[in-house]
Amino acid sequence: MKRLASLLLCLCVAPTWAGEVTGTPKLDIGRGGQCVEDTQWMRKNHMHMLKHQRDEALRKGIRDEKISLKNCIECHASMKDDSVIARADSFCVGCHKYEAVKLDCFECHSGKRKSAWLQQRDAK
Amino acid sequence: MSEIDTQRRNFLKTSAGAAAVLIAPGFMLFDIAHGKPQGASNKVRWGMLIDTAKCKSGCNDCVTACNRENGLSGGTAATDSQWIRKIELKDISSGREVSLPMMCQHCENPPCVDVCPTNASFKRVDGIVLVDKHRCIGCRYCMMACPYKARSFVHEPLHDQNPDVPRGRGTVESCTLCVHRIDQGGKPACAEACPNNVILFGDLNDADSEIAKKLRSLSSVQIRADLHLNPGVRYQGI
Repeated sequence: MKRLASLLLCLCVAPTWAGEVTGTPKLDIGRGGQCVEDTQWMRKNHMHMLKHQRDEALRKGIRDEKISLKNCIECHASMKDDSVIARADSFCVGCHKYEAVKLDCFECHSGKRKSAWLQQRDAK
Repeated sequence: MSEIDTQRRNFLKTSAGAAAVLIAPGFMLFDIAHGKPQGASNKVRWGMLIDTAKCKSGCNDCVTACNRENGLSGGTAATDSQWIRKIELKDISSGREVSLPMMCQHCENPPCVDVCPTNASFKRVDGIVLVDKHRCIGCRYCMMACPYKARSFVHEPLHDQNPDVPRGRGTVESCTLCVHRIDQGGKPACAEACPNNVILFGDLNDADSEIAKKLRSLSSVQIRADLHLNPGVRYQGI
């Protein structure tokens, strides 16, 4: 029984401990801040939220600004280049590279902050 | 109660508490996702009425505005995306010439939706026909099925898309009626840009809207009405 309890304890402690391992990606989080959920929750669940939101927005026209990809980019794009994908330590690329998970959102979606994109277009 | 029983009871109590804490974020997800229930309404049917008498031959402003809004290159080669085209018609016997813009007609019974094997091509409840690029496999059946030749296939990788208009290689695309603008209460870029007010955008289902009044009082046609697709885009003067 005690052995089982200690195993469970280890399982609970492991994630917080793993987060402090050196060599984890250092990200440029842009403006940062929390508007949806805390960091650990978002790390684990952002993909489910995005997948749910994309179907609601495109197929039903329910555009919830708060949990839209565009809103994520608005805060998390780098303050230097206004992008979440431009560099190896950009907000999205950093972790996806570290975890070796293919990031294909941005084959169609823009990784740029909208205000910056509009400025660039108007300058042309 | 023996010692082992007490231990087991405490363990179960703690586990139940832990489980509740773990499940709570799931409920949060549900609440947030459904925080704003209003989407497209099935009481609305978006459409356009195009007055070809006012459309000037040689004027390309609607096409330019569309290209700019949606980030299209503006090229007219076979492999370039064109969401809206200007067409010049000539009646050979009388010599009468007409100029008009042609784009996705947002049919009530869209053949592109019928043939799509992955349900990527779909009609939103407010009548806008769209491609769900998350599902599109690029088979191009819809391009074959469309009698208006309204759809294009993206052949090359794209960069720097409009954040409001995602587009990507390997998927089919067409006029979205500027759905991103409509959802914010705006109107399509072509209708806004036309210097002669040729394109009237509005709700066909709303009897008091300008477009519905005009459709009631003027003669207008559906292009290829013989196919019974009931397009949302109507033309007058042809």
